[in-house]
Amino acid sequence: METALVSGAQGLFLGVLNLGPGHVIMILVGSVLLYLGIAKGYEPLLLVPIGFGAILVNIPLSEMMAEDGFLRYFYDVGVRTEVFPLLIFLGIGAMTDFKPLLENPKIILLGAAGQFGIFLTLLLALALGFDKLDAVAVSIIGACDGPTAIYVSSKFAPHMLGAVSVAAYSYMSLVPLIQPPIMRALTTEKERQIIMGAAKSQPISKTTKIVFPIAVTIFASILAPKGAPLIGTLMLGNLMRECGVVDRLKSASENEITNIVTLLLGLCIGATMEAAKFLRGETLLVLALGFVAISLDTAVGLLFGKLMCVMTGGKINPLIGAAGISAFPMSARVVQTEGQKYNKKSYLLMHAMSANAGGQIGSVIAAAVMLSVLQGMGIVGQ
Amino acid sequence: MDTWTFGLTLAVIGMAGTMLVLWILSLLIVLMKKVFPYQSEESAAKKG
Repeated sequence: METALVSGAQGLFLGVLNLGPGHVIMILVGSVLLYLGIAKGYEPLLLVPIGFGAILVNIPLSEMMAEDGFLRYFYDVGVRTEVFPLLIFLGIGAMTDFKPLLENPKIILLGAAGQFGIFLTLLLALALGFDKLDAVAVSIIGACDGPTAIYVSSKFAPHMLGAVSVAAYSYMSLVPLIQPPIMRALTTEKERQIIMGAAKSQPISKTTKIVFPIAVTIFASILAPKGAPLIGTLMLGNLMRECGVVDRLKSASENEITNIVTLLLGLCIGATMEAAKFLRGETLLVLALGFVAISLDTAVGLLFGKLMCVMTGGKINPLIGAAGISAFPMSARVVQTEGQKYNKKSYLLMHAMSANAGGQIGSVIAAAVMLSVLQGMGIVGQ
Repeated sequence: MDTWTFGLTLAVIGMAGTMLVLWILSLLIVLMKKVFPYQSEESAAKKG
């Protein structure tokens, strides 16, 4: 009886006895993510479940990610299969209005320039000694697009999923702090003062809005077939929005499906942040490279904006090039705010929204192109 | 394939490919706007 009492009491303290410094650090990291989400409002929909998932998985002996663990089940079903990020894309497509882009299609090129940071960061990651596929996963943070980063990293480097996702969402929420200094460094005051004419409010026919997602899916998927799931789900969501005959599906995509998947995806990402996997020098490098990637995206977008400014005889304000990233609509708002600082009569918002919508498509296309090139090179399976 | 051949190939084709696909999409949008021009509700009703 005495032995049974002692053994039973010991069971109560097993967690405490197994608590290591790694667990404590990661519980603190999870708590910081919760603080940033709740108190600072940085991407709370993602950082709250990620932070909580990080705490849960680092409770000693909780076995959340063991073979039959509670979070492991959702991870296997939704992240390992890449289904969760694709369902998020369905919701993003249903929520996104591509009208500004349809009104001003040449601006879509800024959305391509805004992805160059991905490829430049890839070279940097390789130079720092990352394995080929790990470098691909790190560089995709430059897509400035959480679901794309999760999709690619879960495919090629699942062990880095936590670090890549946290970097992607953290830097996206920090766009208002990251972009303005780069804008000021790469443009002259005269350029920042350029007034772009009122955005053409040329009406777009309903047929064009309906055909657009179908045409993009067919053409872009044929050119980059490996990205068809990304492009297809984004455009299916948008088709449901524009066609006007499946309001219930559209509503479910942008509300119920997105909300449920966001919660489970966040928890799963947090669950990948086990102390043994996360507390490595590599994680700090991933965070640093993520910052570089988003900065390079902004810089190349601005430089391309300057090129367009020269080619159009000064009709384009280069600042809108910074909105060629996928952080929608935050980046467009940053451009508007910066433009107004230098010229009160300058209204860049609608032009920047066009570039930002281009950036949303651009990030998906860049990932699709990357996957297809990797397939072509034989790095990933046919 | 060595690391730098891999990196440079992916970077160059990736950037060029992204730009090319988006340029084609911009042409596609222009084409769609020509094929399906906006018609006001009044003129659409007259035709209908």
